[in-house]
Amino acid sequence: MSTRTLTKDQMLSLAEHIENAELDVHDITKVTNDFPDMTFDDAYDIQWEIRRRKEARGNKVVGMKMGLTSWAKMAQMGVETPVYGFLADYFSVPDGGDIDTSELIHPKIEAEVAFVTKAPLKGPGCHIGDVLAATDFIIPAVEVIDSRYENFKFDLISVVADNASSTRFITGGRMAKVADVDLKTLGVVMEINGEVVELGAGAAVLGHPASSVAMLANMLGERGEEIPAGTFIMTGGITAAVAVKKGDNITVRYQDLGSVSAKFV
Amino acid sequence: MDAKLIKQYGDELYHAMQSKQAVAPLTARESDISIEDAYHISLQMLNRRIDAGAKVIGKKIGVTSKAVQSMLNVHQPDFGYLTDDMVFNQGEVMPISERLIAPKAEGEIAFILKKDLMGPGISNADVLAATECVIPCFEVVDSRIENWQIAIQDTIADNASCGLFVLGDKAVSPHKVDLVTCGMVVEKNGKILSTGAGAAALGSPVNCVTWLANTLGKFGIGLKAGEVILSGSLVPLEPVKAGDFMRVEIGGIGSASVYFT
Repeated sequence: MSTRTLTKDQMLSLAEHIENAELDVHDITKVTNDFPDMTFDDAYDIQWEIRRRKEARGNKVVGMKMGLTSWAKMAQMGVETPVYGFLADYFSVPDGGDIDTSELIHPKIEAEVAFVTKAPLKGPGCHIGDVLAATDFIIPAVEVIDSRYENFKFDLISVVADNASSTRFITGGRMAKVADVDLKTLGVVMEINGEVVELGAGAAVLGHPASSVAMLANMLGERGEEIPAGTFIMTGGITAAVAVKKGDNITVRYQDLGSVSAKFV
Repeated sequence: MDAKLIKQYGDELYHAMQSKQAVAPLTARESDISIEDAYHISLQMLNRRIDAGAKVIGKKIGVTSKAVQSMLNVHQPDFGYLTDDMVFNQGEVMPISERLIAPKAEGEIAFILKKDLMGPGISNADVLAATECVIPCFEVVDSRIENWQIAIQDTIADNASCGLFVLGDKAVSPHKVDLVTCGMVVEKNGKILSTGAGAAALGSPVNCVTWLANTLGKFGIGLKAGEVILSGSLVPLEPVKAGDFMRVEIGGIGSASVYFT
């Protein structure tokens, strides 16, 4: 059952407003300040419109992400439900590459595990077994998030409309078959300029990162969408997000899967 | 601090442990206890336990996380002694209400040594070469100081707040696991409570054992083949009570679980 409170014109105008904040690199007040009755359906309509705008401009969507999937993140942001977003082609940064801070507002990084699928996943009813069977491989990924909202403060509805704060991602290290890795106990250690700042294990993501992919399939299913074969999916931060600034070198080490690095310039 | 006072406080902490009656912080009563004084008090407490029949089977390293170090305003770990009456095996029930005052559980990696280690000058390579295996472990810490109101000298004097510990279901060679990145998942009563990784303890659990060997070496004390060394918590401490069930799982090593009565 869909519930919407915005007119189509309001939805289109909010999508333009939020996307312009990303493209022009400035923060905005959260959209629920002006539209307090907005619903999840409204917010995802805005996100899908931002996606359509990028595709119309020639950008490709190269993957999906889950956000707010860890208890650490939910506590940090004061929310209780995960959200999803999409990844555009220009979000991708090579392992060891530079990330231009002049293109970002107030970036933070999170250590994640990404899945690449080899078969479609369609909710409702998608479960962890479906996900493991449909997974081609997993690979370490570091996400850079950058809320377009002032001071990184938002509610769940606002963050959905803002494409779940997505902005950049780096993948690297070693790919692995799900059968060869215990994703629940997979450890990650995040270092900024050589100092350990955050660490954790895969179970921080909804008990098991594959649960996050199942939840994505089920959330997309509510809109009649599916996860096609070959999709790259970031499952959400294992650690809390850590603010980074120009000059920072980051490295995240993954148990038995190598590491991912980048430099903020 | 004079020898008489050291003996008095060591005896007081020994009696606090036996009677399960916590005492006021030593640092609230003596303004000038040094770290060295605190270790001497700890040794007096240990000697009383040895006189009563306890046998030293290993050592523990504490205050290894950044969070606890900043809480206690110190930049180094501490250590305590493990005795035969403190160890439990996987599957055994741990009677904390009978034995402890204010117990808190923490997930750790235990090292079992196959060679002696005598500092100073011990490197991480020496520690790895001297390690027979690593085992998942729950340490249940306790404080003989009222309400855990501890300064660093209080916890050192109180045997590094050591309580009881349980060793888990699997022993793995240190050749087989990356001790820096190995992930830890702690569950309490079936719910995931926290996650961590090896680097939480001074950057690596191996660093902790190396620190211990070199620190004890300054006093002419060595680590012995066969000893168990608890290398420090990888997750925040969790208060526990009778009826709780805790489980820790470490990537590439195994798990330990314990039921408290």
